[in-house]
Amino acid sequence: MHRLGLSPRTIVTGQPNGTEEILVHGVAAVCDPLGGLYLPETQTLVVSDLHLEKGAAFARRGMLLPPYDTIATLNILAAVIARYDPKTVISLGDNFHDRKGSEFLSADLRKMITDMARGRDWIWINGNHDPDGTTGLPGLSSDELIYGGLVFRHEPSLISSKGEIAGHLHPAATVRRREKSVRRPCFASDGHRLLMPAFGVLTGGLDLRHRAMQGLFRQETLVAHLLGRDRIYSVRYGSLMG
Amino acid sequence: MDLVETNPSGNQAANLPTPFLKWFGEKGWQPRAHQLELLARAQGGENMLLIAPTGAGKTLAGFLPSLTDLVARGKIPPGSAFTGIHTLYISPLKALTVDIERNLMKPVIEMGLAVTVENRTGDTPQAKRQRQKLNPPDILLTTPEQVALLLANKEATRFFKDLKYVVLDELHSLVTSKRGHLLSLGLARLRKHAPEMQMIGLSATVADPMDLQRWLVPQGEQPSPPAGLVHVTGGAAPDITILGTDSRIPWSGHVSTYAIPEVYEEIRRHKTTLIFVNTRFQAELLFQTLWTINEDNLPIALHHGSLDAGQRRKVEAAMADNRLRAVVATSTLDMGLDWGDIDLVVHVGAPKGASRLAQRIGRANHRMDEPSKAILVPANRFEVMECQAALDANYLGAQDTPPVGEGALDALAQHVLGMACAEPFDPVELYDEITSASPYANLSWEMYERIVDFVATGGYALRAYERYAKIRKQDDGRWRVSNPQIAQQYRMNLGTIVEAAELNVRLVKRNSKGTLGRGGMSLGKVEEYFLEQLVQGDTFLFAGKVLRFEGIRENECLVSNAFSLDPKIPAYAGGKFPLTTYLADQVRAMLADPDRRVNLPDQVRDWLSIQLERSMLPKQDELLIETFPRGKRFFMIAYCFEGRLAHQTLGMLLTRRLERLGARPLGFVATDYSLAIWGLEDMGAMIADGALNLSDLFDEDMLGDDLEAWLDESYMLKRTFRNCAVISGLIERRHPGKEKTGRQVTVSTDLIYDVLRSHEPDHVLLEATRRDAASGLLDIGRLGDMLSRIKGHITHRDLDRVSPLAVPIMLEIGKEQVPGEAQDAVLQEAADELIAEAGLSG
Repeated sequence: MHRLGLSPRTIVTGQPNGTEEILVHGVAAVCDPLGGLYLPETQTLVVSDLHLEKGAAFARRGMLLPPYDTIATLNILAAVIARYDPKTVISLGDNFHDRKGSEFLSADLRKMITDMARGRDWIWINGNHDPDGTTGLPGLSSDELIYGGLVFRHEPSLISSKGEIAGHLHPAATVRRREKSVRRPCFASDGHRLLMPAFGVLTGGLDLRHRAMQGLFRQETLVAHLLGRDRIYSVRYGSLMG
Repeated sequence: MDLVETNPSGNQAANLPTPFLKWFGEKGWQPRAHQLELLARAQGGENMLLIAPTGAGKTLAGFLPSLTDLVARGKIPPGSAFTGIHTLYISPLKALTVDIERNLMKPVIEMGLAVTVENRTGDTPQAKRQRQKLNPPDILLTTPEQVALLLANKEATRFFKDLKYVVLDELHSLVTSKRGHLLSLGLARLRKHAPEMQMIGLSATVADPMDLQRWLVPQGEQPSPPAGLVHVTGGAAPDITILGTDSRIPWSGHVSTYAIPEVYEEIRRHKTTLIFVNTRFQAELLFQTLWTINEDNLPIALHHGSLDAGQRRKVEAAMADNRLRAVVATSTLDMGLDWGDIDLVVHVGAPKGASRLAQRIGRANHRMDEPSKAILVPANRFEVMECQAALDANYLGAQDTPPVGEGALDALAQHVLGMACAEPFDPVELYDEITSASPYANLSWEMYERIVDFVATGGYALRAYERYAKIRKQDDGRWRVSNPQIAQQYRMNLGTIVEAAELNVRLVKRNSKGTLGRGGMSLGKVEEYFLEQLVQGDTFLFAGKVLRFEGIRENECLVSNAFSLDPKIPAYAGGKFPLTTYLADQVRAMLADPDRRVNLPDQVRDWLSIQLERSMLPKQDELLIETFPRGKRFFMIAYCFEGRLAHQTLGMLLTRRLERLGARPLGFVATDYSLAIWGLEDMGAMIADGALNLSDLFDEDMLGDDLEAWLDESYMLKRTFRNCAVISGLIERRHPGKEKTGRQVTVSTDLIYDVLRSHEPDHVLLEATRRDAASGLLDIGRLGDMLSRIKGHITHRDLDRVSPLAVPIMLEIGKEQVPGEAQDAVLQEAADELIAEAGLSG
């Protein structure tokens, strides 16, 4: 998995070729193949569903999963931050996999986040896994945020979709050509709302055609922006495989 | 043919107590010589292995030492101190324990013996299991998993202290799997509890009996003498034929539907027919098709592992009472179920191994002095050759059972946790105990320590989980479980059989308003991945019915009757066993030697002679490579005959090499017989002009760096890792109906694998995965043997079109996954389509 190949020493600078620029509710947004969304007007980077300390959360319940998921996820985050040098970072909820995640975070990892946040605003949107916000980390916590003509919240709202950037559902899409099929996490947007791919390395995906996604988008204009190895692949909803 | 016995002797009957002699006399039977020899030697204190064909009275032989000892002991007076079990009977199949209970109770009752016999399996009610612990029977019939459960209990010492005999049934099939590895560790622990206990192994014929004789006794620094052997050979030679058919034999596929009318005719002509297939889907399809032509309404039933236990028991009971005319079954019935009067075995699809065929045919006519009757039904033309080879092999008595193998590390991790659950363990004592089990005789102390560390805190170089340790070292140096929840978790996750995630299938009715009713019959379980591709309204075949998929409610898949004969969603029906080396040799010999082809049907011979005209047939040690164009693609076919697994591995490695050499390969497909690779460059022309050298391409060095590089991204390795993760206790098993805690408990093992591999590539679980893959899914050993065999024997034919021999594999193309590298190419194409659609291309 290429995203896992990143280490803190890998500095990815400049604009990558493989991004895809789209409009969400009239606001320009760049989908990055590493899984972040960059908003040039406000110099804001959005990531969602980091699920940090997922391994530790399982270990607390007797399943000793590898303790490397947090560092792996943070390495990727560091790479995207290095690429865009944003003024503001919004982490869109389920930042930690459970309520104890940020409290028991090791000093090294805590320092990594602190270093990344230095010189910029950092907003932790609360998710269903971590509704109480974070402990001992820089930045502000909030249930939702209205900023730069967009609304940021963890779970997509059922009432209004205009300009909403949300996470929670871990969208993924499957493309089939002839006999071959490939499934990848994706950004999903119909121009009104955008659903973020899950950023954490131990997060799974839910197919965009799953019933939990129904009613969120106008299918005629819905496009899935799949995360490829080093570029985004944009595929219209109707061309996806169920 | 007469029975041939080692060391036959007539004067050992003296060891048989009066009730037994009387019983044999009343029945008009004679105890068989091998039964008496086994009894005498066991009474003399030896551990014993009995190898005998089906129908030789193996079960009774196995229990005689125990029964005679129990008779000598007499009934235990009420009010005596607690007495543990006397005999433990272990079989790989739940159904077998039920069957044995029935068969054993008969003589026990008829002789009026004061002996209690009970079975204990996963199906045994909790109350009964609890009672068995307090008041154990003399003879307990059970499975390896139950033995592990009993051993991990604090009461184990008490329960097993009086154990005298362990009877292991179907030993040949147990020992070669991880299940056997775990069982060998359990037996090592049993010896601690009951040092005097004796082992009696019962087995069908195997390639190397000494493996089993050693397996039965303690190994380690001072190994005990191997178990004594009683070997019964012979029995009447079976009457086996290949089904004659007027229909066209298909080129490819695994379902044999062409032959259904002939199979039905055979059912009508016989009393009871047992129809064996290799996979569940073959069973489903065959069963359903049989019923569409069952004009006489013959009672025909279905039996496979995914069916509801209740339904299976019903079929088994009906079979025992001779109420059925035919049963369609998978390997769940491979083993010694002693059922009714089966007078014909039909084997659909190639048997894949000569020993397996012999086993299955043994089901017909359970008396060894009469010939069993069997008909083989090949599913395609290569299988015709395979069946013919298996047929020759059965007459020759050839054996191709797999070796016992090194003990798996994941099974070891599970056992270590289990032992900590039983009582705190001393690490040195446990090491000595473990290495006394033959599969673990060579386990190093270092590897053992890594496993203990893995069980305790995950074994990670980053020591992040000390506070979450599952087992902890006490001040006295012993390891104990951290808390009772860990022991509970162990019990829930025990076992080495990892099923794909499965959902219960429930048949519901639509009411008058069109909404789905509640309740309804449970039909069995189906793999989740299969359901993922269905949408409401799709029809598919299950439990012998065409069902309509209605949706998923909680953890159940709801279906309704489709009232249609044609399921819409086809199910992949590949054979799950790879062709054995022995049969592969025989098929190659058949291709090489015209004399060996005379028994093949005309259709198959014609096919081969056209091949001879258009291309060639390879000699026995030769590897034939054909290249030809088709459509816009260029194909390369390698006829290796090494089984699907080895071919898959070869395909992965060759495509990497061809990529480097500029042949631009696009994909490959593997069958048991050959490998097809296709690409954008003309590989035939590349070979002709020297750009591609076949001896270099097939050089053994591909098992070095290329293998390493590929393993790193292999899908199959991920699947192997998943099994290791579950068996070793890293992740929990999924328990249907107990998954209510939601998303939080599920995590993809693929993702865990990726993270672990990138951060700690030499972690012990990755080591376990690589070991497994090399011997199992990837069949690297076999591939290595082939590469060295074909050195200097590669023959290339460049053709202008597809050859007759290539047709079967060409028809398989389109069913395989894309290898890693090509994935982005597929995405690119899909994206290009969007661009073209938008009028942006150019």
